[in-house]
Amino acid sequence: MSILVDENTRLIVQGITGRDGSFHTKQMLAYGTKVVGGVTPGKGGQTTEDNLPVFNSVQDAVKETDANSTVIYVPAKFAPAAVIEAAEAGISLIVCITEGIPVMDMVEVYHTVQVKGARLIGPNCPGAISPDKAKIGIMPGQIHKPGRVGVISRSGTLTYEIVNSLTERGVGQSTCIGVGGDPIVGSGFRDLLPLFEKDDETDAVVLIGEIGGDEEERTAEYIGKHMSKPVFAYVVGQTAPEGKRMGHAGAIVSGGAGTAESKIKAFSAVGVPVARTIDELADAVAEKSKA
Amino acid sequence: MKIHEYQAKELFANYGIPVPPQTLAMTPDEVYEAAGTYGGTVAVKAQVHVGGRGKAGGIKVVKNADEARAAGERILGMDIKGITVKKVIVVESDAEIVKEAYLGIILDRSAKGISFICSAEGGVDIEEVAATTPEKILTFHTLSADEFPEAEARKVAGKLFEDETTAEPVLNVMRGLFKVFVEKDCSLAEINPLVLNDRGEVVALDGKINFDENALFRQPDVEALRDMDEEDPNEIEAKEKGLSFIQLDGDIGCMVNGAGLAMATMDMIKFFGGEPANFLDVGGSSSPAKVIHAFKLLMGNPNVKAILVNIFGGITRCDDIAEGILESYKQIEINLPIVIRLSGTNAEEGMAMLKDTPLITAETFEAAVKKAIELSKGGAA
Repeated sequence: MSILVDENTRLIVQGITGRDGSFHTKQMLAYGTKVVGGVTPGKGGQTTEDNLPVFNSVQDAVKETDANSTVIYVPAKFAPAAVIEAAEAGISLIVCITEGIPVMDMVEVYHTVQVKGARLIGPNCPGAISPDKAKIGIMPGQIHKPGRVGVISRSGTLTYEIVNSLTERGVGQSTCIGVGGDPIVGSGFRDLLPLFEKDDETDAVVLIGEIGGDEEERTAEYIGKHMSKPVFAYVVGQTAPEGKRMGHAGAIVSGGAGTAESKIKAFSAVGVPVARTIDELADAVAEKSKA
Repeated sequence: MKIHEYQAKELFANYGIPVPPQTLAMTPDEVYEAAGTYGGTVAVKAQVHVGGRGKAGGIKVVKNADEARAAGERILGMDIKGITVKKVIVVESDAEIVKEAYLGIILDRSAKGISFICSAEGGVDIEEVAATTPEKILTFHTLSADEFPEAEARKVAGKLFEDETTAEPVLNVMRGLFKVFVEKDCSLAEINPLVLNDRGEVVALDGKINFDENALFRQPDVEALRDMDEEDPNEIEAKEKGLSFIQLDGDIGCMVNGAGLAMATMDMIKFFGGEPANFLDVGGSSSPAKVIHAFKLLMGNPNVKAILVNIFGGITRCDDIAEGILESYKQIEINLPIVIRLSGTNAEEGMAMLKDTPLITAETFEAAVKKAIELSKGGAA
């Protein structure tokens, strides 16, 4: 099975004619993702190098291609409207890669997407991949391997590093999702864990958290009550100074809240092992997978 | 992005929130002059971006202009948490404070909305109140930047000073604060304390605003409020070059791609007994120019004894990074040991390009970290 993305994904690319959009469209096609078209306002009717139709609006694209998913590579200024346009056009999975969207805009975007019944991943995220089935986003496909471990992360390259460590140990993944590094994201750990819990092809889940906010603490509470499958955690930012944004807009310890210590404590309290190093994490998951 | 108290209160005043008259001063003479103009009691307050000014002696309430000058002499030039005080404000403080309350607005990650935080316990550390007596904190939120939560605000307004006659002026302050919060793309706007004085007025005695960095592109007025004295020039310069950089106290300079991996690298250094000198994310599409600038930043820190380059190539190509490193050797003098670990996209090509350099290569993340720690402690390569 896997979750969110698979061979039934019919993907459109918003911002398909831009630099990032066109580059990653090729990468996704090469990985086997069913990309069925793209959207760039004003360029409707054109065809891309990869022979994909370009539409003026998501609505047009959905009508012509029967797309069910979209990935957004448009600049931060236009990305909120792009997400809302996709939700209003009836797209069920919206993956927003764009970094730097004003947080205030995400308040409206988040609730509009909710009302429309769509699922948003991101913004400021690498996307989602179900190895050997399809990928939506910017992650390097070759480091992944099909298997039975789900991965949910707030990070980008750190996720690749960890997935690579799993793959090196022979531990494959059902689906890997980067939820994004912004304060307000469409889906958090708690939104995705239930999907892995229900997925027949996932046996365990790896959570990669970081400083800032209280998503990890709330997730720990959720795991304690609702998860039967084993969960492994890793939390970065123990050495981060207070009041400084560590790259991601959402990664900041302020007023003593959002510290790595607090998150590690919360996970430990519900019996979720928190690894101290990436090797320790990968070894623990590999050990469990063999058992 | 942070601004000073005086700037926050000027913004408040523009949005109809009552603030006491204040004057910015850079010298004791200017303090004296301002205090003379106000006449009676004034407060002299250090303007720095760190908390705990009062405890550090950065705030003095004085009775006349002579005392104000003396306070100005003491506070200007004072060091508060490593920052030298370069400016103070002189605030008219004739009215007696009857009660102090707290009012704050934040972008709430959990509620995915805009939350008001209110307490009748003002003038103190609100986190402390939240931790010890959470029942004294009242909160409510709105899920739309276009909708001030009128009904909830009304319920709470009279409780701030436990006096219903103050409900209307408090509501006005709440409306003003919400408006400035939304219009200026704040991530936090706080009045602590909001006071009720003996004239029956509700006044914002202190103010703090943090702005969402992501929204600065559409807030030129806000960007203009940035005080370069308060910013680390290296961090600002890094940002202009597309790098994310934060100075720390250790001796191992780090260059990493991706914020999460950069934090993990710092944590690993600490875990194995070393001290990271910085957080540095060279970003996704790492051009050689970025790598060169990153090296300049690391070499510019006199504490750095060894450099660790940790790259996991996804979109970032390891050969691009290698090219940047080769170019760096040509352009700047690199006299520190550098440990490098390249993994992922084009890692082998990248490593091959670097084989004739004095770089110390490591196969894995952990091995690279351990090697860098050894070198930072004077160990041999």
